[in-house]
Amino acid sequence: MPKILRPLDVYKHLPGTNCGKCGEASCMAFASKLIERKVTPQQCIPLYEDPKYSEKLQKLLETIRPPVKEVWIGVEPNILRIGGKEVLYRHELTWRNQTAIMIDIHDEMSPEEVKKRVGFVDSFKFIRIGKELTLDGIAVRCVSENPEKYVKTIAEIMEITNKPIILCSTDPNIIEEALIVASKRKPLIYVATKQNWREIGELAARYKCPTAITAEDLSTLKSLSATLTRNYNIDDIVLDPQIKIGNIAETLSTITALRRAAVEKEEKELGYPIMTAPAAVWSIEEGDENDKKILESVIASSLISRFVDLVVFHTIDTWTIIPIVVWRDCVYTDPRFPPGVKPGLYEIGKPNEYSPVLSTGNFALTYYLVRDDVEKAGINAYLVIVDTEATSLQSSVAGKKYTSDKVIEAIKEVKVGDRVKIKALILPGYAARLAGEVEDALMGDGWTILVGPRDSGEIGAFYEKVFKPWLEEKIAKEKEVKTNF
Amino acid sequence: MTEEGKKGILDILKIISESKELELEDVVIDADELTLEISAAPAGKPEYLKLSLEPLTPGGQKIEFLLETTSYGVRLVAPAIPPPAAPVEKPKEFINLKFEYPVVKYSGEIVEVTIGALRGQGGSRGKIVKIGGDKAPPFYLFESKPLNRPVVALDVFDTPPPLAGPVRKAYQDVLQDPAEWAKKCINTYNADLISLHLVSTDPLGENRPVREAMKTVENVLQAVDTPIIIGGSGNPQKDTELFAEASERFMGERLVMASITLDMDIPKVVEPIRKYGHNAIALAFMDINQAKELSRKILDAGLPKNHLILDPTTGALGYGVEYTYSTMERIRLSALMGEETLQVPLSCAATNAWAAREAWMKVEDWGPRELRGPLYEATTALVGLLTGANLFMMMHPLAMKIVKAFAEAMVKEGWKEEKPYMNWVKARF
Repeated sequence: MPKILRPLDVYKHLPGTNCGKCGEASCMAFASKLIERKVTPQQCIPLYEDPKYSEKLQKLLETIRPPVKEVWIGVEPNILRIGGKEVLYRHELTWRNQTAIMIDIHDEMSPEEVKKRVGFVDSFKFIRIGKELTLDGIAVRCVSENPEKYVKTIAEIMEITNKPIILCSTDPNIIEEALIVASKRKPLIYVATKQNWREIGELAARYKCPTAITAEDLSTLKSLSATLTRNYNIDDIVLDPQIKIGNIAETLSTITALRRAAVEKEEKELGYPIMTAPAAVWSIEEGDENDKKILESVIASSLISRFVDLVVFHTIDTWTIIPIVVWRDCVYTDPRFPPGVKPGLYEIGKPNEYSPVLSTGNFALTYYLVRDDVEKAGINAYLVIVDTEATSLQSSVAGKKYTSDKVIEAIKEVKVGDRVKIKALILPGYAARLAGEVEDALMGDGWTILVGPRDSGEIGAFYEKVFKPWLEEKIAKEKEVKTNF
Repeated sequence: MTEEGKKGILDILKIISESKELELEDVVIDADELTLEISAAPAGKPEYLKLSLEPLTPGGQKIEFLLETTSYGVRLVAPAIPPPAAPVEKPKEFINLKFEYPVVKYSGEIVEVTIGALRGQGGSRGKIVKIGGDKAPPFYLFESKPLNRPVVALDVFDTPPPLAGPVRKAYQDVLQDPAEWAKKCINTYNADLISLHLVSTDPLGENRPVREAMKTVENVLQAVDTPIIIGGSGNPQKDTELFAEASERFMGERLVMASITLDMDIPKVVEPIRKYGHNAIALAFMDINQAKELSRKILDAGLPKNHLILDPTTGALGYGVEYTYSTMERIRLSALMGEETLQVPLSCAATNAWAAREAWMKVEDWGPRELRGPLYEATTALVGLLTGANLFMMMHPLAMKIVKAFAEAMVKEGWKEEKPYMNWVKARF
């Protein structure tokens, strides 16, 4: 179970003077915000400046340290925070800090290719529920073994982007040359191994940059972590337990054991963020390009499912990245509450008495998608949101949360019938089978039920091809009736 | 500085500006300020010049500069401040520690469910599948390997529903004939079993009679020799009737009836399934407590636990699959911790992924949907696989292939990586 901190646990390690230098009214208020991670300990100035508080400061940092340390890559305003996790299972507590997705570049790519890839990282955006899903940074690999070439590539990248970077080489000389240019950006050093730990450890300490460590087995990884911490006083570590592309099950198992040891056994040496490179697919697998792209993508998604904090990814095809960024966004939400909107009547555009009445469920994403699509199609409409306990429409039809009874009740309750002359209710295509029952119940009040498309993206075409002709015919008929009287 | 000295430095700088690399040895530059005039590089990409100044005295600091010249001028891109020297310390030692796998003891385990019955054993199948038997959460291989590989059923419909483009393409030639459709799933695409959805029986839809649906089941059983799952229309009364008829008619085949829901008369729907030895899927709605309640009622009605599978509902990726993820994970952990009603295999209908526009919609910026769609379905399924699903219902053959590869890795023995992972750093790709 997660270690739950209370404000009092933190308060006792603060000065307790309520000096207000942190901007909070009291030390207790500061303590609460520290737990929520809305402030950082550095904001308590006396704690850092007054030597008499040094013991308190030490205790405070120990108290608020999560089982997985939060490591920062980069400098303001582009700091990438990874790790900081407190639990193994998402249902225990919302996971902290989304998995970072870094795209690789190497120093033998042409300047055009480098530019293209950096540009992709900078401009990639996938919009979901009004939120922009983006990529996090660049992993620069030295394949030339030529320090000058490598440094040049890094300088080129730094020239065009401020995104955080990872310096990738097992050769300490190359890493050192790169740090001369890049250390001011606080890159992540990749990687210290059992062979080069002395040199890399020294560089990480000297340049004060976070460093990754890697080993084929967890005992060596744990030893390396302890070695760097105890010899060089390094505490900004990222663990790469290495993907076995040939056996992804083994990989997931290893990562799970590693994280469980950190969270449940509180093994300090392993209490650091985990990173790994699905990009390794490209150096191991042979054969079809698309197969490799798909494999890289599903490996990345699986690693996200298993709380990995950073992945290095190679493919820059949007179709392989969409599932990853969508899954990442989903799994890092609050597990307790599905995002929902208030059930009831909504207006889209400026509906009038000849506008259609649409209906769907109250899952937030469904609502925003429908609203956006109807607006884009230039349709003025009423939208009746039925309470589906914030589950998506398709699931709620199957799970009997979007039922004919609920639709009928909602239509009556919001009295939308009073606002329209021609009463047309458009049901979502997924609820087509409910149309009969709904019509039977509402026919008496003059309603006609139309079955709309399954996806609201096609509402424009539906409006033009089905609704408009129907409405015109209906109006013509009513006129006919009137003239007959 | 003397005129001669200035000239000397200017000469040096001229040489520097004309060369890409220059190494000066035994030269002492003794000045408060050093101005370098370097002609700008032609328009286009910048050029870099590295200057390193070696210390005069032993133990002094080496200073390095990186100058960048572009058509706009010259600037310093590397720090001119020497990095602080590492303090001299005692010799560094490698600390050897041992990692102990954090193994947990579980008080419960998942039952094994057998789907299908072989010829001579009461059924007519050439192959059967077994699912479940798990003693640890999925991919906790350090605790236990799964007893059985998770399996994938491809969906077949007796009335073709609206299908996404890429899915339609895979089944275009067989859409009108469920038996041919099933054959293609098994013979061409290599599915483990078939989930046959008898949607035509829906009273709110075509409302075809149950006996007509039985003919379809018969045809599919003859077309393939794998086990099959019988899916209803979701109407509680009609499905009760459908399952009863299928149970009696195909007794001994160990079919799977999908699904029993809380709004059914549970003793009534369970009775024939139990009597004729079939299995059933309990469909709960992304809620562990509902899953427990439903399972309890089904078990109380007499269905043996090793004939029950639980489906906690699968939302499409981006449309609620995270609730599936957490519900399944909680169900599986709770079962292993001893919750009896949940100690059954889990089913995941990844087919639902196709409801997401990200899977099927033609959008140029999103890339080809022929690949995007299957990947989207596979990603949805893997969310289930990582949280404990043992049985999948899927649509696209490529998506199925990906999931099967992952599932096979879970039970693979004696595996060895051909090339080391660390190649990724230096490989040219």
